[in-house]
Amino acid sequence: MSATADQRDIGGPAQPLLIARNLAKHFAARGASKSARVRAVDDVSFTLFKGETLGIVGESGCGKSTLARLLLHLIQRDSGELIFDGEPVGAPRGITVAALRRNVQMVFQDSYSSLNPRMPVQDSVAFGPFVHGRRKSEARRAARDMLVKVGLNPDLFGPRYPHELSGGQKQRVNIARALAIEPRMVILDEAVSALDKSVEAQVLNLLRALKQQFNLTYLFISHDLNVVRYISDRVLVMYLGRVVELGPSEAIFIQPLHPYTRALLGSQPSMDPAHRIEQPPVTGDPPSPIDPPSGCRFHPRCPFAEPVCAQRSPELGAWRERDSHVAACHMLDPASGHSKAMQ
Amino acid sequence: MNAEPIPAISAQQIAGTAFGHDEALVEVRDLTVRFVTRETTVHAVNGVNFSVRPGEVLCILGESGSGKSVTLRAMMRLLPPRRTRIEGSIAIDGQDVLALDKRALGELRGGLVSMIFQEPMTALDPVYTIGTQIAETVLRHKGGSRAAARARALELLELVKIPEAARRLDNYPHELSGGLRQRAMIAMALSCGPRLLLADEPTTALDATVQIQVLILLRRLQRELGMGTIFVTHDLGVAAEIADRIAVMYAGRIVEEGPVADVLRAPLHPYTQGLLASTVHGQSRERDIEAIPGSPPDLRRLAAGCAFAPRCGLVQSECHAAMPEPRYTAAGRMARCVRITQAALAAAE
Repeated sequence: MSATADQRDIGGPAQPLLIARNLAKHFAARGASKSARVRAVDDVSFTLFKGETLGIVGESGCGKSTLARLLLHLIQRDSGELIFDGEPVGAPRGITVAALRRNVQMVFQDSYSSLNPRMPVQDSVAFGPFVHGRRKSEARRAARDMLVKVGLNPDLFGPRYPHELSGGQKQRVNIARALAIEPRMVILDEAVSALDKSVEAQVLNLLRALKQQFNLTYLFISHDLNVVRYISDRVLVMYLGRVVELGPSEAIFIQPLHPYTRALLGSQPSMDPAHRIEQPPVTGDPPSPIDPPSGCRFHPRCPFAEPVCAQRSPELGAWRERDSHVAACHMLDPASGHSKAMQ
Repeated sequence: MNAEPIPAISAQQIAGTAFGHDEALVEVRDLTVRFVTRETTVHAVNGVNFSVRPGEVLCILGESGSGKSVTLRAMMRLLPPRRTRIEGSIAIDGQDVLALDKRALGELRGGLVSMIFQEPMTALDPVYTIGTQIAETVLRHKGGSRAAARARALELLELVKIPEAARRLDNYPHELSGGLRQRAMIAMALSCGPRLLLADEPTTALDATVQIQVLILLRRLQRELGMGTIFVTHDLGVAAEIADRIAVMYAGRIVEEGPVADVLRAPLHPYTQGLLASTVHGQSRERDIEAIPGSPPDLRRLAAGCAFAPRCGLVQSECHAAMPEPRYTAAGRMARCVRITQAALAAAE
């Protein structure tokens, strides 16, 4: 398996698997005034290295799911650039969208609605390889193999329909289906969020094992910081369509730079009744992404906000290498004019 | 009771009422809920006992299908009567809830007992402003003039810290953010000064930074108003933030109960232990999480014996014979596991 993965590897291990440059997606806001735009994803750039797990965290409306859909071309980006293993996606001399989707698969949060209710799950898993050109019998065999690899007995579970499976089993089927066409990268969009804790742990263990076995690269989207910390090598924090912080997982969790990241971490329940949280780290709800606040989008909720924060949008510091830890905050930029800026 | 040696605890303590001199606000005894259809019977709740004192927060902790929400709904008689068989007794402030007629039930709901839900968008009426909805509840239970009811609604929105409360009175539910909607639902639940608040995962659908605000708010209001509260959740962290006591449910039974710190720090039941181990919280990234194998039992075909036995790493032959009776290691500290006698009681010596 890893041998075939090597064959597909074009640029060698040092070349990033996926580069997103200045991705943007705005939607027209329904019901609001004509000029109102939902700035779902706004100028998002990041690099995904081969074999790593990049976690994306943020609250609802921050654009993390829109970003996932942009990466797979499930929706069209307004602007920006996507480069998969050195080849621009959808460009004349680059990789086609169909080829991209052979390489990148996705697992969604709702395990039931992402399966065809009228199809036995083994056929759902076989569908991908079949559509991508394998013979029917071959596709079936691949599906059975894959069901075994996700821990489901194909004789017992293969002929069943989605409604006959538990939530955890359905999510295993979805993972099998994603892996059946041997992708190099999997986007997991809240893939374990709907599962009970005891089942969530099983599926997380399975995902880690499969990553090893198939030499995969993960983009792991979740609102659960504990899960992201456990599974990710690096973490990207989003707020209202922008990247506010990016860095190695442990650095982000031990030494968060952005006030929003700190608030997000400080909002996690303590798990210790003797040390309960007495004061909420931030007040209010995240504002609507329709016509978001000017400047730094976090400034209306930020305890350190100063006039400069409403005027200018902070840059995400200079990202140089894999282990760079950067955040978009005026307090980190000595030239910003913020009184707390590091000199 | 079982013939195992258990420490000397009076029958009153075992009934769970011997905490100080308070009368219990809630007494649930041998509650059984079954959903009956022509094809099958789902045994959702199978003999649940608990009590809540005035001003106390009991968290019912469990995964989906454990019967925690069904228990809560049974206490308000919200389950569809034709398909539901409820047995046992539910007493709230001395009233026998299962015996109430329709009128008395109407007085109970929203008066003595209020409930808040996970999804405020479906719990609030989309065609009335939140001011109208709260005022309506006040009028229904307390009477008085419309103007007075509206003034009370404004007071309540301020109580739950909704910014610009006067303006928000005339908002429809869809015009509010998720956090504000949840606050509005809490305001409505508190409008008639309930003595008991039933909360069914009220913060689960909220974002992290909003969830902690609503939890802190609920904790403060509960303390200030002295409400007894039953808080249903699947989230150990949420329970740690708000509970005085925790009852852990599995397959329709309470398998462990005790003060929040004891249950989270020194869980007795293998299921609770497994739940804590499988909850991702700062584990080493090098190792797998200790997951509980398998999945919860089918409530249509519950076998005799401990329902957790098929997934339990410490299972013994005794486990399959019958569901272990509650065993107490201290007053109010209970687990239903055959291993309690050997392990915990020795430690308690």
